[in-house]
Amino acid sequence: MIDMKERLLLKSETIPIIPKHVRFEFNEVRKEWVLLAPERALYPDKIAIAVLKKCDGKVSIQMIGKELAEIYKAPVEKIIEDIIVMLQDLADKGFLKEC
Amino acid sequence: MLKKLEAPLAILGEISHRCPLSCAYCSNPIELIEKNKELDTDTWLRIIDEAADLGIHQIHFSGGEPTVRKDLEQMVEHAHKRKLYTNLITSAVLLTRERLEKLKKLGLEHVQVSFQDSENENANRIGNFKGGHEKKLEIAKLVREFDMPLTINAVMHRQNLHHLDDMIKMSVDLDADRLEVANVQYYGWALKNRAAFMPTKNQLEASMEIVEKARKDLKGILVIDYVLPDYYAKRPKPCMGGWGRQFLNISPEGNVLPCHAAETIKSFKFDNVKDKSLSWIWENSEPFNKFRGTDWMPSPCKTCDRREIDWGGCRCQALALTGDINAVDPTCEFSPLHEKIFGSAAEESSNEAPEFIYRLYSNKEVEPIKK
Ligand code: SF4
Ligand code: SF4
Repeated sequence: MIDMKERLLLKSETIPIIPKHVRFEFNEVRKEWVLLAPERALYPDKIAIAVLKKCDGKVSIQMIGKELAEIYKAPVEKIIEDIIVMLQDLADKGFLKEC
Repeated sequence: MLKKLEAPLAILGEISHRCPLSCAYCSNPIELIEKNKELDTDTWLRIIDEAADLGIHQIHFSGGEPTVRKDLEQMVEHAHKRKLYTNLITSAVLLTRERLEKLKKLGLEHVQVSFQDSENENANRIGNFKGGHEKKLEIAKLVREFDMPLTINAVMHRQNLHHLDDMIKMSVDLDADRLEVANVQYYGWALKNRAAFMPTKNQLEASMEIVEKARKDLKGILVIDYVLPDYYAKRPKPCMGGWGRQFLNISPEGNVLPCHAAETIKSFKFDNVKDKSLSWIWENSEPFNKFRGTDWMPSPCKTCDRREIDWGGCRCQALALTGDINAVDPTCEFSPLHEKIFGSAAEESSNEAPEFIYRLYSNKEVEPIKK
């Protein structure tokens, strides 16, 4: 029997990963990034794309935040907070897991 | 890639109308396509290529029952190679462990299993298929065992809405990712059984409460999609994200439709993949262009602030219920016919439910299994 799922609550030390059944890819015909999941297609904006590219199961949200804070010249805490809100929404829809 | 027009996002391939179940609520047309008229394998593989070249993201294999086709494996494999996201919409009763495992290996990414109820006896009565429910449970578990995401599709109505809670529980127990609670749509065969299926207002109100609560309690565990039945809604739902905006539906014989019920519109001539390419059809097919965008709209819609949200609702329904394909969708409260139709639905559901008229692939009506 499979273990019952629990809601994943993201924290800054969580290492997020896009699960196998969700595809985050660049569609060559449309020339745009898309997040493909069962019966859904999402078009992430520029910042979301930057974050999702880092959700490879290797780095924590905190580290992603630090990196982006440098690129976008914004306070780390605020960025981490925003990333958590954004990724939590994706996790609740089943588009994101923890590693 | 098309210039002026956005390319479609997804394609629904109704690869066969054949089906071992005989649901009384089937929304497929009364006249089903026979096996010898179905598109062959090569044509489907070409459609898949054309879809990928158009930039389409997803392909849903559906029916009828898609697993009746022995070449489903080839289609899935090819779609996966062309990087389309593959989804199988199935009643599951014909699937086996071996076949599911093979499909997964070939690139199947998601499975949606339909359930007629959470309770054995009632489920098999509604689908008129002995042992069906048990088989569905078995396959749904296998889907998760093979680590594929699972959607449970539950068609709910007057005769099973009281089990909605159990249906949600069943979905959680099966470790499903998503539960799609659909209400019967009264097209095709289902219209014959409207009186048997139309839920009462009380049932619907209770069901909305149940869904709201479950959504809160099960956040991050189970996603629940719930669409209110048309007859009780105040505003129509957008047809497939808007007529000819996001979806293509291909019938078993290759007609390309804006939605799976569109062939109920007898005045249209639909283009066929055997004669034209998918991109030509998407761009030029008359039925697609007829109700695309907002120019065609009748008066309350033309100036309505929801015109680019619901895109004027459902054309098939407007035709079925008002006799006029150009009319305002009568589910909208701004339709002059809204009150009349809403009233008749409520009246139907307050009478005692008649017995089902089952659908059979042969189109003969069958004796119902006794309650
Ligand atoms: S026109 Fe109506 S029946 Fe057809 S898909 Fe749209 S909503 Fe459904
Ligand atoms: S008037 Fe037309 S556009 Fe407005 S809500 Fe009704 S159907 Fe939709």
